[in-house]
Amino acid sequence: MSTENIPLHEDSTTATSSIPRPELLPDHQLRITLRNPEEPEDYCSARERGAYLALERCLSGFKPREVISLIRASGLRGRGGAGFSTGEKWKVCAETAGSQKWLICNAGEGDHDCHRVIEGMAIAAYAVGASQGILYFRAEGAPVVARMKKALDEARQQGFLGADIKGSGFSFDIAMHYGIGSFVCGEETALIQYLEGNRCEPHVKQPFPAVRGYMGHPTLVNNIETFATVPAIINHGAEWFSSIGTDTCKGTKVLTLSGQVKNESLIEVPFGITLREIIFTIGKGMKNGKFKAALIGGSTGGVLTEQHLDLPFDYDMLEEAGVAMGPGSIQVLNENSCIPTLLKNNMEFAADESCGKCTPCRIGTKRLYEVLDKITDARGTMDDLQELRNLAQVMHETSLCGLGRNAPNLILNTIDVFWDELVEHVTTHRCVAGQCKKMATFSIDREKCIGCGLCMRNCPVAAITRTDYIAPGHKLASMAIDLDKCVKCGTCKANCKFSAISII
Amino acid sequence: MINLTIDNKPVQVPEGTTVLKAARQIGIHIPTLCYYELDGMKLENKPAGCRVCMVEIKGQKRLMAACATECKEGMEVHTNSLRAVNARRTVVELMLSDHPSDCLTCSKSGDCDLQRLSQAMGIREIPFPGEHSHHRKDISPAIIRDMDKCIMCRRCETVCNEFQTVGALHAINRGFNAVVAPAFEQDLVDSPCTFCGQCVMACPVGALNTVSHTRQVMSAINNPKKTVIVQTAPAVRVALGEEFGMQPGEVVTGKMVAALRRLGFDYVFDTDFAADLTIMEEGTELLDRISRHMAGDKSVRLPILTSCCPGWVNFFEYNFPDMLDVPSSAKSPQQMFGSIAKSYWAEKMGLKREDIVCVSIMPCVAKKYECGRDEFKVDGNPDVDFSISTRGLARLIKQYGITLSELPEEDFDRPLGESTGAGVIFGSTGGVIEAAVRTAYELYTKKSLDRVEFSQLRGIEGIREATVDFDGLPVHIGIAHGLGNARRLLEKVRSGKVQFHAIEVMACPGGCVGGAGQPFHHGNSDIIRKRQEAIYKEDRGKALRKSHENPDIIKLYNEYLGEPCGHKAHELLHTHYFDKSDKTVIEI
Ligand code: SF4
Ligand code: SF4
Ligand code: SF4
Ligand code: SF4
Ligand code: SF4
Ligand code: FES
Repeated sequence: MSTENIPLHEDSTTATSSIPRPELLPDHQLRITLRNPEEPEDYCSARERGAYLALERCLSGFKPREVISLIRASGLRGRGGAGFSTGEKWKVCAETAGSQKWLICNAGEGDHDCHRVIEGMAIAAYAVGASQGILYFRAEGAPVVARMKKALDEARQQGFLGADIKGSGFSFDIAMHYGIGSFVCGEETALIQYLEGNRCEPHVKQPFPAVRGYMGHPTLVNNIETFATVPAIINHGAEWFSSIGTDTCKGTKVLTLSGQVKNESLIEVPFGITLREIIFTIGKGMKNGKFKAALIGGSTGGVLTEQHLDLPFDYDMLEEAGVAMGPGSIQVLNENSCIPTLLKNNMEFAADESCGKCTPCRIGTKRLYEVLDKITDARGTMDDLQELRNLAQVMHETSLCGLGRNAPNLILNTIDVFWDELVEHVTTHRCVAGQCKKMATFSIDREKCIGCGLCMRNCPVAAITRTDYIAPGHKLASMAIDLDKCVKCGTCKANCKFSAISII
Repeated sequence: MINLTIDNKPVQVPEGTTVLKAARQIGIHIPTLCYYELDGMKLENKPAGCRVCMVEIKGQKRLMAACATECKEGMEVHTNSLRAVNARRTVVELMLSDHPSDCLTCSKSGDCDLQRLSQAMGIREIPFPGEHSHHRKDISPAIIRDMDKCIMCRRCETVCNEFQTVGALHAINRGFNAVVAPAFEQDLVDSPCTFCGQCVMACPVGALNTVSHTRQVMSAINNPKKTVIVQTAPAVRVALGEEFGMQPGEVVTGKMVAALRRLGFDYVFDTDFAADLTIMEEGTELLDRISRHMAGDKSVRLPILTSCCPGWVNFFEYNFPDMLDVPSSAKSPQQMFGSIAKSYWAEKMGLKREDIVCVSIMPCVAKKYECGRDEFKVDGNPDVDFSISTRGLARLIKQYGITLSELPEEDFDRPLGESTGAGVIFGSTGGVIEAAVRTAYELYTKKSLDRVEFSQLRGIEGIREATVDFDGLPVHIGIAHGLGNARRLLEKVRSGKVQFHAIEVMACPGGCVGGAGQPFHHGNSDIIRKRQEAIYKEDRGKALRKSHENPDIIKLYNEYLGEPCGHKAHELLHTHYFDKSDKTVIEI
């Protein structure tokens, strides 16, 4: 481990000016919080890239008040959930009197540049007057946890954490805490409850944690990405930061891009970029098939479709579309994704994650799951669709915390766009995407079938037999499925090398 | 002050007032379920979890929970917009969709908040068929937990943890399977539960129930070989009427006695008699300890704590094992009664112990547990066989088609039915100690007390302290009701911060008048206050108001017991306590 100790002032002045401003990359990404994947994360390399210069600068040159002004001026909004103004939150916490203040970084399962996170936390702590920080990860096993531990040790060794940081008189240290994998612990008030040793469930936010939070002390809770953004703002200024993005959303957003795109990766984009650029430029286009929708924010998020492809991507646009950014993920779907199945899987997740405190979420997630299960199992009716809409709406409007409020978003913002697909599921019992097995009718195209018999040999219920029809150009007679025997397992289709089997 | 409008009606409220309370102030009713408050007794359950109280607030995108939303200047609240009404209804429908709808046979039917809500909303069918959550039924000696009916309002949890500081109940599991249960979902009887029953009192539905002994009692009454006697606790007579549409605080002593006779009890006695007896023993013990203490005997511990509340006895056995020699060793009135009935009275009547069935009518759930404790049995035969709650008695009366209001006023049988006003006031917080003071004062000073009412000992604050002048000797008295208050007072005593000669503790808010066997008060603490007033009224109407003046008590000592706290009295009227601290899970 490195034991270098760079003298404070020399280094900070020279290096600050020498940290190059992040530039827009050719694929339209802008990396402010993420480091390039090739760059190593250890302290020495991080330091070479300018780590802790912003902290040094704050400690030696800025009053806490000034740091807060800078962050407010930058227009940074919390990256965790609803997108509150970060500066305002810091201000409230800073202005609340308290003998001790706490700082909590909600890292969830977020994977960020560890030294940047530590530096951001230390700057925030300095700004609001906190002496203790907690870094919360959803589960202890995540790979980032080990890296973070190492980074914390390095930061302490280098004197960027601990008592009297770099002789400034300011002391701050960070302890790590792990969750039990529960999703709802990410909710601010639930997280505080959990850290205090109570049952992890949300509480009515009055007063705000910034006023009375962890153990009754003023507590600043920010998401990991928010903290990771802070050093860049100090280094390059509020003006620079606020020049990036849209009118209301400044800076960049880290997103996990996955699904049917060629380039599945962790990306960082400036607000205002279009979904089309994300999918077709950064994502390098569709892996397979045609774009159907993009699932934003995972299970508690929502979908964007064709109509949103060219709109500037930011919190406002998402809100307009009824979608919550959540942890920041984009999963691209093609026409093989069945919407009711997607809804069902997401509702199953929400039902598993519900803490059970409030009625609409505790019972609503279960009931919605049951209705969706019925619909995908070819037992649905038009009444079920009505129930789906009403229940989703009530759940959204009445649940106590973000989990229950956002869980039905996906239903609400797909039900109209994909109404025909839903109606087909409950009336003609057809699933165009072919994902709902119960509705699938497997059929062998006798012109394409070369009669190899692979499907017949693999069918578990011997529903496939040979006909006496030999298609022109083929040597063997084609196969056919006895629909009375078929259990719709799809094994035949998976086995056919000649794409002769399809769902009709 | 803050100005807002609710359903277009202007209202002005102090800062911090919730929309729910502001609405109540102008007579607008917003349905609630999880919200529970015992006004003036520092008990509030506000998890904002049921989402039944949703209202529309102009400018807010979502609906807001009225119970947890503070009024803001200029707010415009609409409680009955279509959106709000539909949402509230859907939330209740959701609850019903995971509820065994057995109102026909449910113990809570008629008193159930969920049933009432469903009725008020005109719900005629439950639209979300689906799986129900299931939990093991837990039957303890006093309380039945039928968690299939739990709606997760968390009232029991708040009552048990915050108000009683017992910590027997917690939310466990997540999502659809979430439920409130003792740690590790063990049986309640294996938890530190004190059987105070306040969780039952708070539960809006039939998830928490009391064990019923009424069937066994009726079959004993119908057994010609048995002589069935009954004792009624002081707090019962001031609450029973509520079950028959009377106002809280209406005293129905005579009619209750008549009803019990019509139910077939052979003798109708009064726990008040035993309360007088308790005072003789406890008062003597108090004076003995004080005088030995003043004489410099270091082995004497003060303060003396009352021990007539079995919920409290359970509590200190779990939580204060180092102080087991501090409470009075006197049994509770219920148990003193049973003990005397099955010895003195049985001998007098020429009856065999096992041929007597002793029943108690109690405002209390803990007494159901108490009467089953091994130390209150002789060769396996309990001193008190069965304990029925006030509500249970009301049910029996209704079942037998008896119209309470039309009954004549009848008197208790003697000798175990004779009592003084001191016995009556046992039913209220502060009453036991006031009764003890009335007797101890006269025994100590050898002077007669002209003013028997000690207003400094009365009231409803959770913890009260007072000093009574025993003719030059200032006697410091502490009073607590609610186990959380008791804990706070005891912690102070343990740390040596305050010094008392005597402390009265009652587990229930207001004392036994607020006992968990009483008619449900649904969080209306005025009902408890009215019962309390009625108790003091009954006391004022009594010819004799000091326990030691009860002629049948005097006779009992002369004929049978000898001296108070004497050898025979000790054998029959005193008990001992056990260290049960291994059951305790929370530390405060
Ligand atoms: S919305 Fe769900 S997760 Fe949130 S408090 Fe309600 S039950 Fe818990
Ligand atoms: S708890 Fe209430 S709603 Fe449920 S069965 Fe009993 S009376 Fe009916
Ligand atoms: S009876 Fe009392 S101690 Fe027992 S669980 Fe209920 S509230 Fe807690
Ligand atoms: S048992 Fe009763 S009081 Fe307790 S949470 Fe369930 S419904 Fe509420
Ligand atoms: S206060 Fe009265 S009703 Fe309550 S537990 Fe004690 S004895 Fe029973
Ligand atoms: S009464 Fe308001 S949420 Fe339950």
